[in-house]
Amino acid sequence: MANRKNILDLYFLDARARLIDIAAFMDRVDRADGETDFRHDAFREALKALDSGMANRAEKVLLSFSDPTDEPIPAATTKAACGAWPGADNA
Amino acid sequence: MRYIEPHAHMVSRTTDDYQAMAMAGCQAVCEPAFWAGFDRSSAKGFYDYFSQLTQHEPRRASMFGMPHYTWLCINPKESEDLALADEVLAIIPEFMDSPNVLGIGEIGLNKNSRNEMAVLEKHVDLAARREQLILVHTPHLEDKRKGTRLILDVLKGDSRIRPERCIIDHVEEHTVKMVLDDGFWAGMTLYPETKCTANRAIDILEVYGNERIWMNSACDWGISVPLAVPRAAQEMKHRGNDHRFVDKVVYQNPIEFMSQSPRFILPEGH
Ligand SMILES: [Zn+2]
Repeated sequence: MANRKNILDLYFLDARARLIDIAAFMDRVDRADGETDFRHDAFREALKALDSGMANRAEKVLLSFSDPTDEPIPAATTKAACGAWPGADNA
Repeated sequence: MRYIEPHAHMVSRTTDDYQAMAMAGCQAVCEPAFWAGFDRSSAKGFYDYFSQLTQHEPRRASMFGMPHYTWLCINPKESEDLALADEVLAIIPEFMDSPNVLGIGEIGLNKNSRNEMAVLEKHVDLAARREQLILVHTPHLEDKRKGTRLILDVLKGDSRIRPERCIIDHVEEHTVKMVLDDGFWAGMTLYPETKCTANRAIDILEVYGNERIWMNSACDWGISVPLAVPRAAQEMKHRGNDHRFVDKVVYQNPIEFMSQSPRFILPEGH
């Protein structure tokens, strides 16, 4: 089992840099004009998992971006995924 | 270091990549059939692609002493056209006796549509009838959780399919448990943005253990890193993982899974 201080020694600076990048991304979106969309809502929702104190934060973030439905869709109208579920009305 | 690249689309890579992989310790490379980045216009395009996978790529790999293995299918990204899928499924058996074919793959789902499900079921039936191993692609990003669940249900619903002969690729933190709990093998793909980083893949290994799991680069025509597996192995050592733990993930596990096909043989001296 790894020692917590060792993990900090190895990864603190990397995680710190990524956290500042996320903050800067949010500032960048706020500074821009126009409306956001479901991706921004999903992003803000996912942030809640980070400070949850739970052991499976990465899984929680992934699930918050995921399509929660279980039935196949009638037909694929695109090949691409965008990273967040647009909702049943927009899928 | 020694490792096996269990998932790479080498038709899209340069010969320099083969050389770099060999120099990094790659002992074998395995190439599932994939989407070309554009839709092929007819089954003839697939005929040429399967010829490339079974004849041309093994020759390129052999220049660097690496055996090349492959998997055949029509990709879920091209499964919306059922008539084309049927034509391609009809030519696959012609190539299945080639000495480097390990099984059917990478089949699966992309957008989780009904036609994709129908084509997945046809591939699973072909694999079952021909007693082939199966390599499964799970969908991207927001579609992965649902698609992985649907794929596992299809595989578990066919009594001829043995989970230990199927690898479910591109797992992440929200899908790895369901795959391993059902007895399947799991693949982790090391992509900078859309799949696992090396550190997340190592976290998954530390949480879920190193049985029935491997790592791959899935390098293709998109942004991807052919040396992602040896880099991740390096990071595992940096983090303090025992070298036997690392060797099992990047070398022994791919051998254990793929040796279920009698065609998978490493060259003398390994
Ligand atoms: Zn692939």
